[in-house]
Amino acid sequence: MAQEQKQPRRSSETEEVVETAPETDVAERKEALDSEVDDILDEIDDVLESNAEDFVKSFIQKGGE
Amino acid sequence: MSVRRVMGTEVEYGISVQGQPTANPMVASSQVVNAYASATLKARRARWDFEEESPLRDARGFDMSRQVADPSQLTDEDLGLANVILTNGARLYVDHAHPEFSTPEVTNPLDIVRWDKAGEQVMLDAQKRAAALPGGQPILLYKNNTDGKGASYGAHENFLMRRSTPFADIVKHLTPFFVSRQVVCGAGRVGIGQDGRDHGYQISQRADFFEVEVGLETTLKRPIINTRDEPHADPEKYRRLHVIIGDANLAEISTYLKVGTTALVLAMIEDRFIDRDHGVDGPVSALRAVSHDPSLQQLVTLHDGRRLTAVQLQMEYLDLARKYVEDRYGSDADDQTLDVLARWESVLDRLERDPMSLATELDWVAKLKLLEQYRQRDGLEWDDPKLQMIDIQYSDIRPEKGLYQRLVQGGRIQRLLTDETVERAMHEPPTDTRAYFRGRCLERYPAAVAAASWDSVILDLSGRESLQRVPTIDPLRGSQAHVGELFDRCETPEEFFLALTR
Repeated sequence: MAQEQKQPRRSSETEEVVETAPETDVAERKEALDSEVDDILDEIDDVLESNAEDFVKSFIQKGGE
Repeated sequence: MSVRRVMGTEVEYGISVQGQPTANPMVASSQVVNAYASATLKARRARWDFEEESPLRDARGFDMSRQVADPSQLTDEDLGLANVILTNGARLYVDHAHPEFSTPEVTNPLDIVRWDKAGEQVMLDAQKRAAALPGGQPILLYKNNTDGKGASYGAHENFLMRRSTPFADIVKHLTPFFVSRQVVCGAGRVGIGQDGRDHGYQISQRADFFEVEVGLETTLKRPIINTRDEPHADPEKYRRLHVIIGDANLAEISTYLKVGTTALVLAMIEDRFIDRDHGVDGPVSALRAVSHDPSLQQLVTLHDGRRLTAVQLQMEYLDLARKYVEDRYGSDADDQTLDVLARWESVLDRLERDPMSLATELDWVAKLKLLEQYRQRDGLEWDDPKLQMIDIQYSDIRPEKGLYQRLVQGGRIQRLLTDETVERAMHEPPTDTRAYFRGRCLERYPAAVAAASWDSVILDLSGRESLQRVPTIDPLRGSQAHVGELFDRCETPEEFFLALTR
């Protein structure tokens, strides 16, 4: 009941595959992983603010609580 | 008890006005809260009833005098800042210079996640509405705890506890737990030190802002164990443990385990089940040292001389909790308690073997993984502003801009709840606490609610000269089982009040 929407534990499964697979598969697997990483970063690149230095400088908060 | 107890969270959101770094954050926070209030409230706006507030009451048994208190501690004075009570029983208001969402009282960790996430959606809605007002500027909200320049704001948890439990026992057994639980529920931070003067990544947003072991303050000299004693319930029977050390989490599993494991430890303290002292030498510096080592190898020294990693210290608590649940409930333990235990064990086990394998579950690991990918691809050092920006933008609550939100949309972070469930919780109260009474009063008889708070609803009824205060001192009364049928049956607040007091 605590889990209404279950998704596979991707990274731990990936780990196991890497450990047991023969070497050629490892290389292929690594390529697939690399391209997956590129996809994530391309996607995040699209939404990142453009000027990091200005963005960080202007994020000023007052203390709270 | 198990993981089940009366609890709630309060989260202050970081706020900035786009393109105006010097904009007044109090004004902006008020705009956000007022925009939501005007758009969603059906009738008059109920006041917050401050009668039962006592922020200077200390759990150790005395009151701090108002003269020596810092002005920021006088939270029971109505400063005229925006403050509304919602139909889901929550409170949305301006606390100092931040908009804050306090969940309604709930009875279990999954409901914390539900209403804590509903709070994010309320804030998102409020932010959109503020921007749409004539002359409104885009106001951005962040679910994090520091600007990396020396300011911190809180994400507090509240747990109802038995008054009869000695406070010293709470301090003794909870302090080592709090020093170590960040490895599960830290939100991750780029920068070391309150003002981020040293470069690097740390597990917790908040660790560097804690300076003492026990105390009443929340805004200065922050203590690992906060002693504010304002039970919002019968003070003879209960205290409210006000936990200020946590990070604001976006990952649902982080929030779930944060309150779930803490609830289990509190149950063991109340039942005097913990027979060992896990006391840590120098807990304040240990807290920081653990946070500063994302490789999780940092050792802390216990009073008995043993040296353990934070993960190992958590495993000691897990081990006790397993025995406790087995001892008290055996095969009758409820599903959520068993689920918290199973997840806690699985998370600790994997943190020990391969922390990065938690990147789809825990905030600090998800953020670290993303940062490491950027470091690798772009050859960035930890002082690069781009990494600091990614840290901040992880907590932007907008679905199109927030990096946590993007990771979820890409299926890269696991969830416990669906969007539909969370959206319902924006409007509907929990059914099993007094929040049901408060929320339904506001939804059903909005024009008659003059004021409300955790402990009361004040009704303004036609035919009666004075306001009628309905105390709600017992957090478990006023549930759907108690009054649901009355709400369904009574068309008017007058009829409802009569039936209630008969």
